[in-house]
Amino acid sequence: MTLSSTVAPERGAALPRATLVRIAWPLLSLGALVLLWEVAALLAAYSGKARTLPGPGDVVATMAREWGSGQLQAHVGATLGRVALSFPIAMLVGAAIGIALGRIRSADRFFDSWLIFFLNLPALVIIILCYVWLGLTETAAIMAVAVNKIPNVAVTVREGARSLSRDLAEMAAMYEFGFWKTLRHVTLPQLAPFFMGAARSGLSLVWKIVLVVELLGRSNGVGYQLNVGFQLFDVAMILAYAIAFIVVVQLIELLILQPLEARVNRWRR
Amino acid sequence: METVSGTRAEAVAIRIRRKEFPALGQRGANLVLSDVDISIAPRSFVVITGPSGCGKSTLLNIVAGLDREFEGSIVLGPEIRRKTFIFQTPRLLPWRTVAENIALSLPEGDPRHALIPDLIARVGLEEAVDAYPERISLGMQRRVALVRGFVQEPDLLLMDEPFVSLDDPTAQGLRRVLIGLWHRHRTTVLFVTHDRAEAVMLGTRVLRLGGGSATVIGDAEVRLSADQRLDADAVRAEVARIFGDT
Repeated sequence: MTLSSTVAPERGAALPRATLVRIAWPLLSLGALVLLWEVAALLAAYSGKARTLPGPGDVVATMAREWGSGQLQAHVGATLGRVALSFPIAMLVGAAIGIALGRIRSADRFFDSWLIFFLNLPALVIIILCYVWLGLTETAAIMAVAVNKIPNVAVTVREGARSLSRDLAEMAAMYEFGFWKTLRHVTLPQLAPFFMGAARSGLSLVWKIVLVVELLGRSNGVGYQLNVGFQLFDVAMILAYAIAFIVVVQLIELLILQPLEARVNRWRR
Repeated sequence: METVSGTRAEAVAIRIRRKEFPALGQRGANLVLSDVDISIAPRSFVVITGPSGCGKSTLLNIVAGLDREFEGSIVLGPEIRRKTFIFQTPRLLPWRTVAENIALSLPEGDPRHALIPDLIARVGLEEAVDAYPERISLGMQRRVALVRGFVQEPDLLLMDEPFVSLDDPTAQGLRRVLIGLWHRHRTTVLFVTHDRAEAVMLGTRVLRLGGGSATVIGDAEVRLSADQRLDADAVRAEVARIFGDT
């Protein structure tokens, strides 16, 4: 009785403070980074090289200008659209290959070297070859991104497929689950942590590759705009688009991936 | 191996000539069962006992059809249309709730779904239906596995030490549920345990497995009435009669 009455209020007070601390630390460290940037920009301006490193103020102004003209939304939207198309393709195809290799021993033995080959093929080579073979088209762009990501997904999911529980498979067979019920309720939930891992590392990889694809052969998107900034020696624009995209990717992580992961893991102790 | 539907008066005819596990590393092939011949009459409750590691679970896996690597045959009688295996461990899907785990074991829209609430109440799981398996005790997980097995209303029920590690009153309650099911549904039961008192309490017939490569070394009818099965002294006397003093 005494124990619960002394512990409870302390806990109630500690909870908001913990949240506060959790928010305060990244804010503080980001603030320090911006400050450092400002100082560096001032030093650059002092030595007459203001164009090579514009300060945070200039970059925010550039962002506002690009937003006002609708350019920022259009280019970020184009890049996001490519991510949204190539990411599910890479996840689906990679997962199918990973499950097959994890379950069928002979297939794994045979295709393992292929997988290693594609894992080590530079992204740039795949992008160039896709453009050469398919032309400078949207299909080539999407395909180049997906092909770059597929081997990573396959390797991660293969690990999961190798460790599937035999006990649960026997249970499903005994209770006559059939193919689809087994896939949905027995197999896929066991693979969920591996999918989440592949999605996490995949998203950051995919959007970086999309930028290169856009830089080399598209006429819109953040990658294209970065190239324009490079040609014009407009560092403020390069930083404005880079930061805008970092914000978008963080929002995807916070608003989509983390809630999804919490939902997938809700059964755990 | 072969699994055929027979036409004889047996519910299950087990004829295992040899069952061995292949050589593993330095250890040679391990002969687990040899010449195990058991005829199981329809509606009987057969208990298989023996020391741990003697091949009881292997035998059950073979009858269930999960292990097909053996010499011999398992013939099921024509009345055996549905068989169910209640495993030694609960084998629940940890990412599905208790209610979902039970419901998933039946096809959608099957009339047997109506039996679930009554079974849940009888094993005392009402409070836990919406919990995830890892958040309830092992004893409760076992009860979920039992409900999942019982709700099938199988013609042949295979059970591998399902009450092990449960406290006495719970185990006793579950044994009663099992006996009730056996009476109501004309189920043939093949039950594995190393607990001799449990064997005598439940079975109509007790088989003993043993020897270097295990074979049937004892076969006895249990001569107890329903009331005597609940009487500790009568059970003890029957255990002594069947198993001797060893």
